[in-house]
Amino acid sequence: MTDALAKLDSPALDEPLMEVQSLNKHFPLPGGSLFGKNKGAVRAVDGVSFALRKGETLGLVGESGCGKSTLARSLLQLLRPSSGSVKFRGVELTELSSKKLRPLRRDMQMIFQDPYTSLNPRKRVGHIIGEPLRIHGLAEGAELERRVREKLDQVGLSGDYYGRYPHEFSGGQRQRIGIARALAPEPSLIVADEPVSALDVSIQGQIVNLMADLQRDLDLTYLFVAHDLGVVRQVSDRIAVMYVGKIVEIGPAESVYTNPIHPYTASLLAAVPIPDPRANEARERNPLEGDVPSPSDPPPGCRFHTRCPFADEICEQEEPPLVDYGNGHFAACHHPLGRTPRGTG
Amino acid sequence: MALFALKRLGSMILVLFAVSVLTFLIFNVLPSGDPAVRMAGKQPTETQIEAIRVEWGFDQPIYVQYEKTMQNMFSGDMISYFNQLNVVEEIWKGVPRTFALAIGAAIIWMAFAIALGVWSAMRAGGVSDGMLNVFALIGISMPVFWLGALMNQYLGFELTQILGFELFPNGGYVEFSVSPFEWFHHLLLPWFALSVLFIGFYSRVLRANILETMDEDYVRTARAKGLSERRVMLSHVLRNSMISVVTLWGLDFAVVVGGGAILTETVFNLQGVGQYAADAIGQLDQPPIMAVTMFGAFFVVFFNALIDIVYAALDPRIRLQDGDTAL
Amino acid sequence: MSEPLLSVRDLEVSFRTEGGLLQAVDGVSFDLKRGETLSIVGESGCGKSVTAMTLMGLTGGPNARFSGSVKLDGQELLGADDEVMRSIRGDRMSMVFQNPMTSLNPVHRIGNQIVEQIRAHRDVSKKEAMARAVELLDAVGVPDAAQRARSYPHEFSGGMRQRAMIAMALSLEPEILIADEPTTALDVTIQAQILELLKQLNRDFGLTVILITHDLGVVADIADRVAVMYAGRLVETGTLDEIFYDPRHPYSWGLLGSVPRIEGERLARLAQIDGQPPALIDPPPGCRFRERCPHAFGKCGEEPELLSRGETPGHLDRCWLDISERPALRQLPSGLIGLAKPS
Ligand SMILES: Nc1ncnc2c1ncn2[C@@H]1O[C@H](COP(=O)(O)OP(=O)(O)OP(=O)(O)O)[C@@H](O)[C@H]1O
Ligand SMILES: Nc1ncnc2c1ncn2[C@@H]1O[C@H](COP(=O)(O)OP(=O)(O)OP(=O)(O)O)[C@@H](O)[C@H]1O
Ligand code: SF4
Ligand SMILES: [Mg+2]
Ligand SMILES: [Mg+2]
Repeated sequence: MTDALAKLDSPALDEPLMEVQSLNKHFPLPGGSLFGKNKGAVRAVDGVSFALRKGETLGLVGESGCGKSTLARSLLQLLRPSSGSVKFRGVELTELSSKKLRPLRRDMQMIFQDPYTSLNPRKRVGHIIGEPLRIHGLAEGAELERRVREKLDQVGLSGDYYGRYPHEFSGGQRQRIGIARALAPEPSLIVADEPVSALDVSIQGQIVNLMADLQRDLDLTYLFVAHDLGVVRQVSDRIAVMYVGKIVEIGPAESVYTNPIHPYTASLLAAVPIPDPRANEARERNPLEGDVPSPSDPPPGCRFHTRCPFADEICEQEEPPLVDYGNGHFAACHHPLGRTPRGTG
Repeated sequence: MALFALKRLGSMILVLFAVSVLTFLIFNVLPSGDPAVRMAGKQPTETQIEAIRVEWGFDQPIYVQYEKTMQNMFSGDMISYFNQLNVVEEIWKGVPRTFALAIGAAIIWMAFAIALGVWSAMRAGGVSDGMLNVFALIGISMPVFWLGALMNQYLGFELTQILGFELFPNGGYVEFSVSPFEWFHHLLLPWFALSVLFIGFYSRVLRANILETMDEDYVRTARAKGLSERRVMLSHVLRNSMISVVTLWGLDFAVVVGGGAILTETVFNLQGVGQYAADAIGQLDQPPIMAVTMFGAFFVVFFNALIDIVYAALDPRIRLQDGDTAL
Repeated sequence: MSEPLLSVRDLEVSFRTEGGLLQAVDGVSFDLKRGETLSIVGESGCGKSVTAMTLMGLTGGPNARFSGSVKLDGQELLGADDEVMRSIRGDRMSMVFQNPMTSLNPVHRIGNQIVEQIRAHRDVSKKEAMARAVELLDAVGVPDAAQRARSYPHEFSGGMRQRAMIAMALSLEPEILIADEPTTALDVTIQAQILELLKQLNRDFGLTVILITHDLGVVADIADRVAVMYAGRLVETGTLDEIFYDPRHPYSWGLLGSVPRIEGERLARLAQIDGQPPALIDPPPGCRFRERCPHAFGKCGEEPELLSRGETPGHLDRCWLDISERPALRQLPSGLIGLAKPS
């Protein structure tokens, strides 16, 4: 396996905050009997390597079920990886016990997709936002309240909301509460799993802008998971594209959007209808056929070969490695678009 | 599928074995009196008792006794300590009676539960729904022995006195082969007495299921297809709401068939397996208790397996889990 | 000009709720011509689904009130009797819903669910109906249709289920297909397949479509005409080009500006519409968008009507702003809102 490590290529950015190497997360399939043969596993994340640089936003995209959420949770050790390494500020997280992890958790927070279910309906907003501060013993009493109010203010909510319950808020406001909760312990890394997918476009704009402002003011690093390619482009410095458990392309946002190397990235982009009728009509679209293969039985060779318009024999047999195309842009394909195809071997 | 069935069978046998060992142990640990003493009659001598002990094998180690008991049970030679009658034969005598009670009652309670559950769900929040809810609660909280005794006394006995003829007989059982009408006539009260609780319970469960199902997207789809309201109810709402109720039904039926309707059988003097069990328990008579327990356990385990199969037939999503993936 | 196929006039739907009377749809009017694709857009809770369900006669419940008129080919549907509506549903008008995962009954085979619809309206044998079902599944791109008709919904992927839903909706060659967010729950790649299928049906068979969505990309891809809804009311209607290249209502401007794009210059900042839509129980008088509108002025406290305010007669909007001032306002702030008019 030649898992190239996508890092340190762009001189403008700092050292990595998080480094991920050959990360696997496999879920054993249910139904294997006591003595019976092993039924295999869902290889939700399968050999993923990348680095998160300090202060950047890495956007993670891909179709449903390709392993985005699983990867996000594995990074924060909310799911324990099956194998591989996750280093945060140089510390290997996969080897730490839950107890030793706890102090580090403060520094890595998560924002979830569903603003309706991710907040405890029986707790007041102030309590919800203050919870991580209490858990990590960072503040209590009046100091705690002061800091919670400060967070409310930071996410653009009135201090009056302190004593109210989540159900009194609209979707956009609840997502703001979710963000305030993530910000409370002053983390440096925030993993946001589809933070705006459940929101209306007009509200999406508010949240996307808010997250951008917070990043600028608080020097945050984001891993931003979403399936809406427009939103991801708007927020990300770099983009990673996942397909059936693997990163197939990763690189600077503009480069990935304007000159995608992997045919899968190109097909994804082509599938997005753009809100401009004439421009939309002028585009060549060739929609991808078929569905995403099952991660419990991924196709051999390049996982995309079953749907790829360029697939040939080598794609069916050999798994393409993640190759550097310069300028921090990597892709794993035997027939890279618009680049000279590499000789094999 | 064959593998699945085989696995099922294996676990059934394991469960039955465990049940038999447990019952046997409990009986031997419980202070139930020395069976030899009780069998020896009024004023036995020590030697008489000792002789009985040896003859019946009570002096053997417990696992030998267990083995012997099981052997007797399966070969049909099991004898009651209390009245020296053949236990297996006695149970077989009760089986048709218990089956008649169980089958009739199960049909009655299901039919009423469906009718009332649907009625209630269609008028959810209305007056009739509220009233049915109250009735259901009363039905659920009425103890069978009390209700049965009441029915027996007033409908079976006093009503006969007033009318001068038997609208409902006062307990007892008549063989189907003797008179089908009398058979039916005698079972009517027991059927209803046993059903009341189940009707109350099932109709509530079904009502809740129906209300939940009516909110499902696929019911909206069914309406959008232009199906008649009747068809929507039958083929989409009721069909899907019944799945869990049918499961319950199978289990409860198994319990009743296995001799679980002890009170009903006793109150109406049906002489079924349940009443036999009640008698055996009253006399702390080990062999029939063992046999009846195994008999009941067999039905419960058997119906459990049957339900799994029926469940898979009713809900195709289940099938995926036994490994024979459709596709 | 020919008669419209569907004509909706002053449609109002309200629900009695614990909090008071909720006016979900408030005076919606539009015409739909044969072969046309109309897109209804607007944010969550603005009344899109209630409008669609009411057209189908599916908004039920003892707490619902209706008024206005819905005419299909001249025949009044609102308040028509159940039997009449039943015979129209699924036959002349049919509907596809948002979530294909839950919209098919999990316990019946896909083929049988289509057969059921056919036999509810036509006197044909099961066998004939099944043959038709297989033909339909094949037509919407389900591979091995004959075999797959015997599958249960859980054996289909999301995209395949939505195809099956569409096959079912088309089984009796309806005049109108109403699709309520048919692709919202699907991946973009699958969405592209489904939209392509709908376009093809519209092109080849002249299918008339009402497509509800909140994705302006989808609208741009498929619609001939667009209706923008806000808080129970239509605030702007017009042709696809009119809405995208000459949007008149500040809410449309905001919507168009807040869509992040995958092509062209990346915006430094998305246009955002501050605040949130008003409650539908006792909404404030006047323009419903007033509280979020950056251009609101004194007159907005009175209710604007849905009128043609420019030279184009079919382009209606509900805003008090002077029509001649709007292009300039639309460019504010910093040219973010709306698109440039094509030359
Ligand atoms: N706890 C689990 N046990 C077994 N399989 C799982 C589990 N969690 C996720 N999976 C499987 O792993 C794969 C990846 O799931 P994941 O949720 O990471 O996808 P995703 O990219 O986030 O998709 P979406 O866009 O739908 O959120 C899927 O096939 C999923 O079914
Ligand atoms: N049966 C009902 N009883 C009471 N209120 C209802 C009922 N059905 C819908 N509503 C309300 O009517 C309003 C409009 O709902 P509708 O479902 O049409 O919105 P929508 O535009 O389709 O939104 P979405 O994009 O979320 O699907 C909402 O405020 C909703 O809560
Ligand atoms: S009427 Fe007033 S408030 Fe409403 S959209 Fe127009 S300018 Fe804005
Ligand atoms: Mg996910
Ligand atoms: Mg809706």
